[in-house]
Amino acid sequence: MALLELPTKNKQKKDVAPEDALTGTPGTRFSRHLILCLVGLVMLYPLLWLISSSFKPSNDIFRQLGLWPDNWDFSNYEQGWTALNQPFHVYLINSLIVVVFSIIGNIFSCALAAYAFARMEFTGRKLFFALMLGTLMLPGHVLLVPQYIIFSQLGWLDTYLPLIVPNFMATNAFFIFLMVQFMKALPKELDDAAQIDGCGPFRTFLRVIMPLCVPAMATTAIFTFISTWNEFFGPLLYIQNQDLYTVPLALRAFMDSEGQSMWGPMFAMSVVSIAPIIGFFIAGQKYLINGIATTGLK
Amino acid sequence: MSVLTKQAPGAAATLAAPGRRKPKRGLSRRTNQRSGYLFLLPWFIGMLFTIIPFFASLYLAFTDYNLFTEPNFVGLANFQAMFEDPRLLQSLKVTFIYTFVSVPISLAIALLVAMVLNRGLSGLSIYRSVYYLPSLLGGSVAIVMLWRYIFGNEGIVNGFLGLLGIQGPAWVTDPEFALSTLIVLNVWTFGSPMVIFLAGLRQVPAMYYEAASIDGASKWRQFRNITLPLISPIIFFNLIMQLIGSFQTFTQGYVMSGGTGGPADSTLFYNLYLYQKGFTEFEMGYASAMAWLLLMIIAIFTAINFIASKFWVFYDN
Repeated sequence: MALLELPTKNKQKKDVAPEDALTGTPGTRFSRHLILCLVGLVMLYPLLWLISSSFKPSNDIFRQLGLWPDNWDFSNYEQGWTALNQPFHVYLINSLIVVVFSIIGNIFSCALAAYAFARMEFTGRKLFFALMLGTLMLPGHVLLVPQYIIFSQLGWLDTYLPLIVPNFMATNAFFIFLMVQFMKALPKELDDAAQIDGCGPFRTFLRVIMPLCVPAMATTAIFTFISTWNEFFGPLLYIQNQDLYTVPLALRAFMDSEGQSMWGPMFAMSVVSIAPIIGFFIAGQKYLINGIATTGLK
Repeated sequence: MSVLTKQAPGAAATLAAPGRRKPKRGLSRRTNQRSGYLFLLPWFIGMLFTIIPFFASLYLAFTDYNLFTEPNFVGLANFQAMFEDPRLLQSLKVTFIYTFVSVPISLAIALLVAMVLNRGLSGLSIYRSVYYLPSLLGGSVAIVMLWRYIFGNEGIVNGFLGLLGIQGPAWVTDPEFALSTLIVLNVWTFGSPMVIFLAGLRQVPAMYYEAASIDGASKWRQFRNITLPLISPIIFFNLIMQLIGSFQTFTQGYVMSGGTGGPADSTLFYNLYLYQKGFTEFEMGYASAMAWLLLMIIAIFTAINFIASKFWVFYDN
């Protein structure tokens, strides 16, 4: 069992600041902290201002630079929730549907492909791997028009299928690459042992490799969550029916219809829309940071 | 890896025992062959879904396809039209300015902050999280909308400038300043390259610096002659990824301008114009040609980077 835990332990070690690297006198260290805190404050200020403004009456929002509302006003959330065709939770659920299926699709299809690339020997493996890496750099807009035509001929416009189905076909090379890196760090003896115990390749993958890849899968899940939740272009292209809008489209509709007069409710719904991202970020920081550090993912 | 195999010498030895393993290996290679393709099946389908549209859009780039009638082959007409299309040239200009201003600035800040963080300060993970969070939000509609109001006439940026006695411009509605608000937004997301830099800086052995300071090298010399060469592959990687990403900016321009690219096309990003051409005017042949021009531009810049990298990127092995 100790053997099995090693790879993740190694990963975590990198995360801890080397004690012996503490440099400088207390004075210089203090000034460094001061600068870092100031920079952090400047960076967080827009977010904090957004949150505080969502609790201010619309008239108070501008020209009030302070973060503490003078008059607490919760009606922004009530108004914002019902300002569009559908109550806001409909859009949250719509986004959630797309997100959940995208995560499932990405995890399974990318893990399958990654296992083949990391562990198996077959003709053309290197070529396919190079092809896969090549798609990393391919700008998506090159495929846009033909894919749109295909989806519209399949009758998939105004459904979530164009947003979900590609995720079941391992089209996200980033995640394949991430999992390949992770699987390569697992000792190969595990596969051999499973094989001797009579496991076929699929059982080995499912019972031995998948459970060990939980950290890589968590990274994939969190990144998929964040990018799908933010995704604006795909839904803009494929979803016309307002009842099917995902959260970003709903927010945009908000800005188009009410934006000029109803800042408060709009900010309130903005907070609602980014809250899940911040929540996932706080919960899954470790996986995120490790994930970016190993693949350079955004 | 080497640590791992050393940890389990017994297991490794029994597995590597010759003779008995041989026939089994031959069998497993054949099953590997078949199941390798089986595991890749979803990916193969996905690749079809990439390769067919890839060539289809190349074909469409030479047609006048408009979604409703059959495409007619028009030769290079789309490409000729592009170079006489003032809005296309404007969209290239917007995208280039955005890229070549915001990418160097955000990479410089990312490296600087990563170096300060790498000095072994306590609270590293808190700082890192705070700086990283914006890069998860920078592409969301909520934040771009927020930006529109922060920089609005009555917004907090002008509020702060007012405190300093400066009369701020109309950031969002003045064509001269609209793009700069989005550059600031992009710089705000320097956290993701910063995390990559941090991971790279951790790999630089501390003894190099110790040796250098014993030899009397100044901090600047240490940076120039140790840090910079050793993390140059990471700078290179970040540069490529940031360039490719920033050439493809869409949401920021769309939301900031309400889909128009205004004021006066000052936020008309290339991909925004492509979207307008393809999906509001349905000139899909033209849009495909635009997509291929972008692909070529990205390919050229990546190639230039790779060639230039021979002169400044240092690989250890």
